[in-house]
Parts: sequence; C-alpha cells; structure tokens
Amino acid sequence: MSDEVSVEEVADAMYKQIADAQGLKKLKPGDVTKMMRELYGDRVDKKLCKLAIRILIESERCVYTYFGGSYIELPPKEGEEK
Amino acid sequence: MAELPATPLLDDLEKGPWPSFVTEIKNAALHKDSCKDLLGQLERSYREKIGHWKHGGIVGVLGYGGGVIGRYSDLPKEFPGIAHFHTLRINQPSGWFYTSKALRDICDLWEEHGSGLTNMHGSTGDIILLGTTTDELEPTFKALTDVGFDIGGSGSDVRTPSCCVGPARCEWACYDTLKVCYQLTMDYQDEIHRPMFPYKFKFKMSGCPNDCVASIARSDMSIIGTWRDDIQQDDAAVKEYADKGLNIQRDVVGNCPGQCMEWDGEKLTIDNDLCRRCMHCINAMPKALAPGKDRGATILLGSKAPIVEGALLSSVLIPFLKIDNEEDFKDLQALVEEIWEVWGEEGKNRERVGEFIQRVGMANFLEAIGLEPVAEMVAHPRENPYVFYNQGDDEEEDK
Ligand code: SF4
Ligand code: SF4
Repeated sequence: MSDEVSVEEVADAMYKQIADAQGLKKLKPGDVTKMMRELYGDRVDKKLCKLAIRILIESERCVYTYFGGSYIELPPKEGEEK
Repeated sequence: MAELPATPLLDDLEKGPWPSFVTEIKNAALHKDSCKDLLGQLERSYREKIGHWKHGGIVGVLGYGGGVIGRYSDLPKEFPGIAHFHTLRINQPSGWFYTSKALRDICDLWEEHGSGLTNMHGSTGDIILLGTTTDELEPTFKALTDVGFDIGGSGSDVRTPSCCVGPARCEWACYDTLKVCYQLTMDYQDEIHRPMFPYKFKFKMSGCPNDCVASIARSDMSIIGTWRDDIQQDDAAVKEYADKGLNIQRDVVGNCPGQCMEWDGEKLTIDNDLCRRCMHCINAMPKALAPGKDRGATILLGSKAPIVEGALLSSVLIPFLKIDNEEDFKDLQALVEEIWEVWGEEGKNRERVGEFIQRVGMANFLEAIGLEPVAEMVAHPRENPYVFYNQGDDEEEDK
C-alpha cells in the first residue's frame, strides 16, 4: 500500500513533536500517540506508535522522565541540572 | 572505624526488643560513607520535621522507563554521600520464594554497586535496593540480569505484579496465584518497562478472600480466589472444635456476615446460597471447614491509595472466572486489554482507572469495555449503583 507509514517516519514525526514541546509542555507516551493518529489517521495504530517510541528511547534520542507521572523528553544537555 | 554522626533522636528507635532499621543503617555506615550521610540527614529531618529528599527526574537504565526512582538530597553540600541516592525496584519472584543463594547474590551485588541497604519488600511487592549513584545504575542492572533478576515497574506503567504464596503453601488457594502472577509479568513486559498509560496500573493476586496481599485496597485490578459451590464441611471435626472449648455459637455463627449458619450444639448447618465467601468460619475452624471444590476468582477493579484523590477499594467486575488453563487466562487478558484501551484513550493525566470509572460512570465504562452489568457488581452491601433501568422498562414488564 503506497500510503503505508514506516516506523522510522513515525519516530521522526514524534521526535519533532517532542522537540517542539520541550520546555513548554511535558508529553506523555499517550499524548504523542494521539498526535500521530491526528497526523496520519488510520495509517498508524497504537502498536506502530509503541514501536516508534521504543526506537526513540533505545537510540537515546529521547528519554523517559518522571515528574509525578511518566513523560518522554529530549535527553538533558551536558551539565544540565535536572 | 568510621565515626558516626551523633543521632540522639534516631537512637531512640533502637530501643526495645524488635529489629531496628537505625541499627542496620549504623552497621552499614561502618563501611559506606553514603550510609553515614544518610544517618546525618535523617536525624536532621527528625529534628526539623522536614523531609530532605527530592525525587523523580531523569534516571533509569537504557530502554526502560520504570523501576528506578531518582532520589536526591536537597542538602548535597552537607551530605555529599547521598547527593544521589536512587532507589531500584527489582521484580520479586512470585510469592517471594528465594533460594539463599539468590538472596546472597542480591546482597553481594548491592554491596558492590550501592549502599548495601535493602527493603524486603516494598509496599509494591518489589525487592527495594536503596541508594546508589547515577553512574552505578547500568552496572547494577547488568549485575542483576547476570543473576537472573530484572527491574520492576514504576511511573505510569504496569507495576510489578505480586501475589500471595497461593497453592505453594496454602490449602485455601482457589487458583494458582503464582502462575497467574508469573504469566502476567512475562506477557506484559513491555507495559512494565515502558510507561504508556495515564498513570500506574497494579495487579495483585490473592488465592482466597483472606486477601493476604491486600489486593482489594492496593491494586487497580484485584484478582481474589473464591468458590461457587458449598463450603466443604467435616462434621466430626466441627464437633471436636466444640468439645475443645470453641464457642461456635458466639465466635463463628455470631460473626457470620451472611447470617447463614446455625449451630444446635451438635450440628453446624450452612445455608450456602447466602454465604458471602468471607472466610471467617473457615479461618476459625480450619480443620473442619474449607472452601468448596469449584474454585476460581473474582475480578475486581479500581482500588488505590490516596495520592491525587482519596482512597478507593476495588469493586466487582467479574463475579466468578475460572483461571485454570490457557483459554481461561486469555479471557482475563482480553478483559485487561479492553480496560487499558478505554482508560488509555480517555483517562486524564495521573488518573487511576478507579477514578476514571468514577468520572465517566460505571454504566458508561461497562458499555465501553463491552461487559454486561450483573447483580453482583456491588460497591457496598445492599447497594447496586451499576444496574440502571431505562424509563419504560417497568411498563414493558407490566404488559
Ligand atoms: S490469600 Fe488465601 S490462599 Fe493466599 S496465602 Fe492468604 S489465606 Fe492462603
Ligand atoms: S464464609 Fe463467611 S459468610 Fe460464608 S458461612 Fe462462613 S462466615 Fe458465613
């Protein structure tokens, strides 16, 4: 199917949303999943979004954080106090 | 020998015949500076009546979003040994069965990589390893996996499932709690290690209504063993209890919440249809009474401790479910995943599933997960908030 979305493309789109929100709003994994569904509609499902999140975390482009609940953020910059 | 700080307030907690965590920290402080600073900060907290920990932030092991709780002293200059003092939650074995070698392995690796202080076990059920630095997290994780352990859950994920000892040691177990606990843990590895929910989700399994792991108060999904036939009764053993001085009328029949027992001085009669499966009579006369033979579990949903909102107890979702084989287990998982789907989609940030149900209403929730309301779904005795009558139903019936 020509309009299939690859997991890498979803991961990149997620990364962009997380980077844009950094410092403004903390996003939960559920929030970025919803954003992807808004962006790609039926072409993505939860399973694909879960895989994309896994790619972002395991490649260390993003990290999980905990501030009362769990969020996905960009890793802190060198020397940044958290 | 390392000099310990003066701790007059903590010293009070060493008095009396019982074990003291202060004594244990003092022992550890003889060879760990972090424990010396821990004593110093704790004494100060007791004196000032102020906690000096900050928690949360960005700590973990690669790939996992749970299981490591970042902990920092807010007095790092005075207590540098605990500037970072992170906690690790380690997935305990089902029913907390260990070999002495496994315990030694954990203690040895924790002496090497952390403070050496443990909490066996935390209220979540996990093995708690208290106090290490960020640099030591990955080496600790490696050492743990080398001896067959894994990190458990924390944050907005499935928390490490826990269960009572069940059929391994207890004749009252109505299903195999250990097996269900193990299977849920293995099947939901992704959900345990990668937070994906609005908030935490806990499973606790008790083999019978004695509920030794307090699942009804402490887990989002409480799986409590029960039976649906008659209590097994040995009349001769009942009589023996009476002959040995048990006041059956006062202490057993008189405390039966179902008011469904009669004792004529010779014979105990139970009206099993009215029995509430509370276990009281069985606990009082274990040699004479036992749960029935047609055993399974009640699935309850929604309990939580008071954090964001007040405390809730779980209430009945499925009155009786067999969990004996693979097929039964699939039914349970299908229900769980349906609940996650609805709550994951509609739940607010930091809203537990019990609070979510309160917000949207049980009737709507049941409809969303595709479950028919049944009479046993009671939140409190003699109250049934989940069965609704549509206007006109009565007229239909009157026809
Ligand atoms: S909950 Fe019931 S089955 Fe489990 S250990 Fe306690 S008494 Fe035994
Ligand atoms: S289990 Fe509880 S309700 Fe049932 S007969 Fe015994 S005491 Fe009564």
